[in-house]
Amino acid sequence: MVVCTGGLRAIHIFGAFSIALILCLTLGPLAAVSSRVETGLRLAPADWSALRFTVTQAALSAFLSVVLAIPVARALARRRFVGRALLVTLLGAPFILPVIVAVLGLLSVFGQAGWLNTILGRIGVPPVAIYGLHGVVLAHVFLNLPLAIRLLLQGWLAIPGERFRLARALGFGPRDIAHHLERPMLREMVPGAFLLIFLICMTSFAVALTLGGGPRATTVELAIYQAFRFEFDLGKAAQLALVQALICGLAGVAVLRASVAQVTVAGLDRGVDWPFRHRGLWADRIWLSMAALFLCLPLLSVVLDGVARLFVLSPEVYRAALWSILVAAGSTALAGGLGLSLALFADRLRGGAAPRLVEGIGLLTLVVSPLVMGTGLFILMFAFVNPTDWALPVTVLVNAVIALPFVLRALIPAVTAIEAAHGRLADALGLAGWGRLRLVLLPRLRRPLGFALGLTAAFSMGDLGVIALFAMPEQGTLPLMVHRLMGAYRVDDAEAAALLLLILSLGAFWIFDRGGRAGADM
Amino acid sequence: MLTCDDLIVRQGQFALHAALQIPARARVAVIGPSGGGKSTFLLSLGGFLTPSAGRILWSQRDITDLPPAARPMAMLFQDSNLFPHLTLAQNVALALGPSIRLTPERKALVSDSLARTGLTGMEDRLPRDVSGGQRSRAALARALLQNETFLLLDEPFAALGPALKAEMLDLVHALTTENGTTLLMVTHEPAEAKRIATHTCVVADGQVAPPVETEALFADPTAVLRAYLG
Repeated sequence: MVVCTGGLRAIHIFGAFSIALILCLTLGPLAAVSSRVETGLRLAPADWSALRFTVTQAALSAFLSVVLAIPVARALARRRFVGRALLVTLLGAPFILPVIVAVLGLLSVFGQAGWLNTILGRIGVPPVAIYGLHGVVLAHVFLNLPLAIRLLLQGWLAIPGERFRLARALGFGPRDIAHHLERPMLREMVPGAFLLIFLICMTSFAVALTLGGGPRATTVELAIYQAFRFEFDLGKAAQLALVQALICGLAGVAVLRASVAQVTVAGLDRGVDWPFRHRGLWADRIWLSMAALFLCLPLLSVVLDGVARLFVLSPEVYRAALWSILVAAGSTALAGGLGLSLALFADRLRGGAAPRLVEGIGLLTLVVSPLVMGTGLFILMFAFVNPTDWALPVTVLVNAVIALPFVLRALIPAVTAIEAAHGRLADALGLAGWGRLRLVLLPRLRRPLGFALGLTAAFSMGDLGVIALFAMPEQGTLPLMVHRLMGAYRVDDAEAAALLLLILSLGAFWIFDRGGRAGADM
Repeated sequence: MLTCDDLIVRQGQFALHAALQIPARARVAVIGPSGGGKSTFLLSLGGFLTPSAGRILWSQRDITDLPPAARPMAMLFQDSNLFPHLTLAQNVALALGPSIRLTPERKALVSDSLARTGLTGMEDRLPRDVSGGQRSRAALARALLQNETFLLLDEPFAALGPALKAEMLDLVHALTTENGTTLLMVTHEPAEAKRIATHTCVVADGQVAPPVETEALFADPTAVLRAYLG
């Protein structure tokens, strides 16, 4: 293709700048962390136990999520019912749900004084404890079961309809269908789904922070945080950060090898042509109801418990909300700029270079998790400035980089499709550089860009990661404020603040996603 | 005079060869079987494909390496000739440069061009809100406003019905005659060539034959053309 050289140059400059920034923010902290580990890795017994707990809880969470997802996904695939579309939409919600909100919801259902224990107490069953391994696994299943269901539902819907027709023609029973159609699909999908959720749970800091703790339930990331905040031992934090990077690197490479299916945004509204209407109907109904209850009750309880005090919270909560909005706005703008630069740059790459670029950035952000990035940046900044003064800008940067793989996955295919459909016409009219971006690409990118920015905004609004490492009380964001209120046993205020956070996160997603859809002529 | 000086364009296994001259102000039909190289020929002239050998000359000037927008050519493709998110007026305005701002002068030019293609009053419609024939007319209005020496048509009217297609061809005939534009248009139909083309090029098996006067060609078809006509 012939392209105006001016446009080419600008795109390469922006692309190179974006890649350089990402490398600085990932490899820089990694190098800083490594440089602090002078004596080689020497793990104390407590560190080993953190490592064991991290792997154990991630494996258990991933196992339970996938195993429970199988009957629910099958029921969703083969049953038509009122509210199915709503349930499928709801399964997408945990992507934009702040973890701390989910944790509060789970506490009010499964916690000491929660609904479940109240009911159990009435019938004389001893209370269930939510802190520790139970709680961490429960929260991870709550957050990742929807992802597992969506992945497996995609698997069911990907079985060609002709095969079900053939099965019917051959007089297959349910057992034959399971043997010839469903199990081969599951054998292909389950390992990837397991690995993906395993990896997510390895780096999930907020759940461990709120529900874990103590010698028997500390993850590596939580140990980094504790070394940092309570022991002021940068060397130990660096050592643990290196351990975390190593295990995430191993798991990340395994995920890439397993070529995990991407979660698609649309197309789950179909169903399979299931030949046996009545068999297993009640089992399906029970599975679907249980899944819906499990996913809805905690959120419902946050809303019900929080709404009373929503407007009478203390000023510092509203100030924290304002910080959160600013952080979300900053990281969304940055992720959008970086994502757009890289997507345009990737479109100019030949052969398999573009997918490799996306994979590389994805792997980097997995290996260098937010806490590792935060630790490294702290070490780097410590020599020059007081890092706590920079808590919010650092959070903006880290959140933007972490969200970038999602932004790229939405934007790169869209840019490729636009160039394929309209690139020649734009070339014919001499539209290059800025004019091409403004007149052709941006208007046609509105939907995927809106969706990607919505995800980024919601994620950044609800993030409780690097901010917990850096921030002083007066500059905390709303998720950190919720965590502090919980720690101070101000449960009512915590629930109201969590509801505010939920509204802000969903609202941020809604604004961007709507903005992308409104008037978009697709 | 447009000259293809031993032009060779490769696309995978396929190679197109053209050694010919096209007289100024001619209306040339490019006819031949599917996959013979008609579109490849026009896309090469338009600058969308890079030749692996040979040159394209326009009045002694070598234009082989010029980007599409810098060539003296306006081109309409088989589809996607309008941006779906821009109004007809904005689409046509892009002929005047990479801006959709309609200053009074630009607006007058755009409206005039739309009027010449029978689209008066349709300025603010989006492409999806008008008929296929009207979309073709808007694309033609923009190509005319580009006011280039050459108009290249790669079957932009293929999706229209026979009556609409004939109407569009007559419009192209009238407007190119009026502007003195040199026309190259791909077609499958001998009737279309006879209807408006002064000259016809037969393209088959990657060989572009030099243009011959249409009447003479169909009166005494070459072997390649006879094979195509059946």
